Amino acid sequence: MDKFNSLKGIAAPLPIVNIDTDMIIPKQFLKTIKRTGLGVSLFYEMRYDNDGNIIKDFVLNTSPFDQSKILVAGDNFGCGSSREHAPWSLKDFGIKCVISTSFADIFYNNCFQNGILPIVVSPEQLDQLMMAATNQVEFSIDLPEQTIKAGNHSINFEIEEFRKDRLLQGLDDIGITLGYQDKISAYEEDKKNKKPWLFKDN
Amino acid sequence: MLKLKAKLSSILSNQGPKTLFDKIWSEHLVGQREDGTSLLYIDRHLVHEVTSPQAFEGLKISNRPVHRPEATIAVADHNVPTINRQNIEDPQSKIQVETLAKNTKEHGIQYFDLMDQRQGIVHIIGPEQGITQPGMTIVCGDSHTSTHGAFGALAFGIGTSEVEHVLATQTIVQNPAKNMRISVNGDLPFGVNSKDLILYIIGKIGTAGGTGHVIEYAGSSIMGLSMEGRMTICNMSIEAGARAGLISPDQTTFNYIQGRPYAPGADHWDQAVEYWSSLPSDNDANYDHEIVIDSSEIDPMVTWGTSPEDVVSVKGLVPNPSSAQTENKKKSIERSLEYMGLKPGTKITDIKLDKIFIGSCTNGRIEDLRKVASIVKNKKIASHVQAMIVPGSGLVKKQAEEEGIDIILKDAGFEWREAGCSMCLGMNPDQLKPGERCASTSNRNFEGRQGRGGRTHLMSPELAAASAITGNISDIRDFT
Repeated sequence: MDKFNSLKGIAAPLPIVNIDTDMIIPKQFLKTIKRTGLGVSLFYEMRYDNDGNIIKDFVLNTSPFDQSKILVAGDNFGCGSSREHAPWSLKDFGIKCVISTSFADIFYNNCFQNGILPIVVSPEQLDQLMMAATNQVEFSIDLPEQTIKAGNHSINFEIEEFRKDRLLQGLDDIGITLGYQDKISAYEEDKKNKKPWLFKDN
Repeated sequence: MLKLKAKLSSILSNQGPKTLFDKIWSEHLVGQREDGTSLLYIDRHLVHEVTSPQAFEGLKISNRPVHRPEATIAVADHNVPTINRQNIEDPQSKIQVETLAKNTKEHGIQYFDLMDQRQGIVHIIGPEQGITQPGMTIVCGDSHTSTHGAFGALAFGIGTSEVEHVLATQTIVQNPAKNMRISVNGDLPFGVNSKDLILYIIGKIGTAGGTGHVIEYAGSSIMGLSMEGRMTICNMSIEAGARAGLISPDQTTFNYIQGRPYAPGADHWDQAVEYWSSLPSDNDANYDHEIVIDSSEIDPMVTWGTSPEDVVSVKGLVPNPSSAQTENKKKSIERSLEYMGLKPGTKITDIKLDKIFIGSCTNGRIEDLRKVASIVKNKKIASHVQAMIVPGSGLVKKQAEEEGIDIILKDAGFEWREAGCSMCLGMNPDQLKPGERCASTSNRNFEGRQGRGGRTHLMSPELAAASAITGNISDIRDFT
């Protein structure tokens, strides 16, 4: 997985609440059997009209936001469907960090599987950052220090240690878990005795 | 962090009262880190064609085997046509379905193919086959995995990377959730059922109201529901932002499970029931949040906007953005109304429909079909509507046909389809056209969900059936 350490750049403002994963990447793009190539379809229905032409005033279609690595969005970002195609499409577009007041649980987990940093800030901080993003102020994100700097604003954010370490080192969860193979086998042996019906294998 | 540690120690110690969630969680812990991150054992893994190909590809690239193939069940449901299914016309959909068949065969995973009568929506067939049982941990690369919580199983949706993780290790990395209890008490008023109840709850707590929590539903209104009704409730927990929904297992649960193909056999039945009976939350268990609702305050509910929290009584009006309490909410209502093509103050029952969709993992079970049949029997759908009914599984369809339900529905003018997710998300050819307005028994009214520009009103099967006959959104209580 890609490492995440620090990031600098302008941020795209998307002041809409409850942006769901259907909006991030609509259903017709879930038919792929690959993880890549979804960036062009990110926010498809907001970015393109019924005939597939670019909608010029959508933020990610305007310069310089079409080069954004950071997205500042309204409350409850990533709600709805569990589709990992949502972070895949963000990443493929080039977005490596999303800032909001809250994220839906599954989307939040999916970000960390793909080297994307989701940052939770307070509603007041979001208002400040939304304004800074709109004014094309350069953002500077520092994961080791857990800070966002944008113009005069300096904000500290929270993140669990384990998630932080994995992003910093770009670690693969499966590799880590397979290191506990003995514990998993011991767990299974114990349950086979205590709850045999769970192992009446299909 | 301190709070989390205190929480962890209370879960891990066997002392002190525990919730249903705490009990299942501690029973499945393989290990945990200082910061609370836990490795949780997964009892059953459900797999479908849309969110699994990249997971199997990941295993292949890393040359990793599936840890316990027999704990996984696979089915194609999202992409599948509901007519002429021998030939999937969309080449991409066809490849996805074929890829699932190939991957499951290669890894020795049970797969119900499209011609198998057991095929259906993954969250319908789990319970139907007896795969879903109390006290289990169940995951699937689909957010509506919360459905299985109706059995007192901890069940939640995961992303594709996590699907790969579960295939490779039979475990998942998780942080403990907070406990929320929503109690609904009293007899449900006439015309009000499980769908109205869960829509009302989502309207009350909001689509992010359950974030970070597992919601346990309790109270006499909930415990009086059938397993089908309980599944509808838990199914939409994700629409309230919760990781999972849970309902205590009881005799209704055990009766539903007994005798199903994957249920514990006679040799282990008593032992299983004894364990399941120990699962309900202890009387003095602690919840981080508690909400108590009197069922007499609930009407039949309908959504007017583009989020499941945009919900109102069928007797109500489309809201006015100017009455919103915050600027964000005002903007959100304005955006929704523009998308939905609705004017503030319009009576919900004055909204004219183009399509009716009955089905989905929320309301595609036999009980739902029976209710619809009882309402439309000897009637005809309005001439301007197209109505479609998609059973949740091949076995639901078979049973409905044995009961003559298909004849009643077809006589009324409904199209009778093969099982699948269908127009709940429109990955197959069943979609709304731009501007079309649909009464839907599914779970999401997001922009574009049922087709680009399509306008979805979520409601119960009873309301959808009544609305099919009148052609407008209708109150079942006025309907004779």
